Amino acid sequence: MNSETLNTLDSYSKNKYKYGFVTEIDDEKPKKGLNEDTIKFISLKKKEPEWMLDWRLKAYSKWKKMTEPKWANLSFPEIDYQDIYYYSAPKGFENKPKDLSEVDPKLIETYNKLGIPLEEQKVLAGVAVDVVFDSVSVATTYKGELEKLGIIFCSIGEAIQKHPDLIKKYLGSVIPPGDHSFSALNSAVFTDGSFVYIPEGVKCPMELSTYFRINAENTGQFERTLIIADKGSYVSYLEGCTAPKRDDNQLHAANVELIALEDAEIKYSTVQNWYPGDEDGKGGIYNFVTKRGLCAGKNSKISWTQVETGSAITWKYPSCILKGDNSIGEFYSVAITNNFQQADTGTKMTHIGKNTKSKIISKGISLGKSQNTYRGEVSFLRKAEKARNYTQCDSLLVGNQCGAHTVPYIDSKNNTAVIEHEASTSKINEDQLYYCRQRGLSHEEAVSLIVNGFCKQVLQELPMEFAVEAQKLVSISLEGSVG
Amino acid sequence: MFLEIKDLSVKIENKHILKSLNLNINKGEVHAIMGPNGSGKSTLANVLAGKEDYEIINGKINFKDNDLFDLNIEERAQEGMFLAFQYPVEIPGVNITPFLHSAINSKRKRMNDEEIDNLSFAKLLKSKASDLGINIDMLKRSVNTGFSGGEKKRYEILQMSILNPDLAILDETDSGLDIDALKIVTDGVNKLKTKDNSFLIITHYQKLLDYIKPDYVHVMVNGSIVKSGGSEIANEIEKDGFQKFQ
Repeated sequence: MNSETLNTLDSYSKNKYKYGFVTEIDDEKPKKGLNEDTIKFISLKKKEPEWMLDWRLKAYSKWKKMTEPKWANLSFPEIDYQDIYYYSAPKGFENKPKDLSEVDPKLIETYNKLGIPLEEQKVLAGVAVDVVFDSVSVATTYKGELEKLGIIFCSIGEAIQKHPDLIKKYLGSVIPPGDHSFSALNSAVFTDGSFVYIPEGVKCPMELSTYFRINAENTGQFERTLIIADKGSYVSYLEGCTAPKRDDNQLHAANVELIALEDAEIKYSTVQNWYPGDEDGKGGIYNFVTKRGLCAGKNSKISWTQVETGSAITWKYPSCILKGDNSIGEFYSVAITNNFQQADTGTKMTHIGKNTKSKIISKGISLGKSQNTYRGEVSFLRKAEKARNYTQCDSLLVGNQCGAHTVPYIDSKNNTAVIEHEASTSKINEDQLYYCRQRGLSHEEAVSLIVNGFCKQVLQELPMEFAVEAQKLVSISLEGSVG
Repeated sequence: MFLEIKDLSVKIENKHILKSLNLNINKGEVHAIMGPNGSGKSTLANVLAGKEDYEIINGKINFKDNDLFDLNIEERAQEGMFLAFQYPVEIPGVNITPFLHSAINSKRKRMNDEEIDNLSFAKLLKSKASDLGINIDMLKRSVNTGFSGGEKKRYEILQMSILNPDLAILDETDSGLDIDALKIVTDGVNKLKTKDNSFLIITHYQKLLDYIKPDYVHVMVNGSIVKSGGSEIANEIEKDGFQKFQ
């Protein structure tokens, strides 16, 4: 997180000097609404080649004919797409809080609990900072090391310019722009995201995240990430930040595509803690994310791990298409909803190849007046001989005004497929609380301990340094709703 | 007075469980409460620990100059009250070591003592565990999860020796233990006993008292203490049962 912040700072200061904010600010002021001009504006700003603009415009024409998917267990007001800015230039100082005292004190309290240094707090909270950190050298060291191995790790914008062949070949190959309205929207207007390519036989020696990416711009509301692991390679990618991010954007629609070729493995971990809205359900991010991985080659493996605690609405189903024979898909998820948050999250495992295996471990925790739904689809196509799935969905309810729902879909066209499904719903156990409190732990500490225990199976899948923060985050997410 | 229970009457779901119960315990004393099933022994233990299911109809309890009813469960624990549970509950995924570490530090915080760091705590835990003949591997497991009955009780005693309470209440800790486990548990209690702490041992059988010598034995029947005296009472019960007290 530290360097991510540093990068944000870095890019901010760069942008500030590049664009200034007195004379040129008017040129940067984007217009609200979505039309072909908006897309041309974005493409121009990103200095994209023409084929990219065409790609975007095609996606846009598809989007125009589509409506939002409505099957999720979520309720929210109609989204007015003409009332949104699709390209936000770095903001000038005038729009930002001047110092931390102008920021919601509860946000600051959370930062303190997570042990985030003051300077970083300012960045996360969007405070106007006029500091230049010497982060370039650190980042360059890593970048140099990665380049030696032939690993490409850059922003998607840079990749479009420098690696058009890979982009043309793979962008939209797992999530076609016309898949559904949010993927079409993202394809038309995405402004930032990461690109990773791991060459054949290379095991990436470090966890990749925006942490090391020097071109890290502010992750936008329409993020696009593409990760390609060539034959026999391995990469672990971390997305996100445990600290809640203040963000004015209401709608987020990210697309993440993963491609694992023969014998390759991709591990993708996310901690999502966008602003969830206040105790009365006001504000908060609508997070409509499409994440899909393709196990294209034999013996390939894709593993998704997510900890979802933020956003007012979470609509997210990181999925695996198990095309290569013997390929493996995994999904580990913790979703915590509090107050008025709504989460409809899960996964889709599509078994195409022989002997493909998938494993789903989902832990949903609902508190306050929130609604938490696990939705998962496991399908076995005709040729998926001897494919297997194991699904375990556990829900924990804290209090009696929240809801937990489990909606599994299973579809098998091959009678050699084996499916195991376990599901449980429990309320937090009074005897466990009594036991913990008798040992001197407060009610809140006890709840947090029990919930962390409940999630352990998933949290232990996270890379080490992430896991510790995620544990703290779990505790923080539970606050205010117990007792 | 260290612990003073005065005229205590307690109801649960409209059922009278404790009836005008009186009991005084001084520092450094070991008291045993014996009684038949359903006499209210475990209720007494849980009322002392602060479990919230009970309705206190009458009476007062003083503990270390506090009105006990002013303190919630965790405050009583932090003040030095420990209950070794009859049926310790499983908490899956919660590792023993950090669990106990948080527990000891919450007590230290209340006492304005410095918190104990990870390393010192790990050392303390290891040495106490080996004193009690507890395998170090057990410390890697989740609280009570998958433990045998004997392991659960031993773990209760380990927690007790780490938290070093002023008043330890043992609720039928002997039930379900074979003789070897019983010896380990009672050894633990005997090692912990000093002139500054007190024990309230609740038991159904006399067997436990062969290993822990109580200063006082009380017979509890039908929600009240009907007889108090020295260890000779335990022998009477051993011989004749509770019949003659009822």
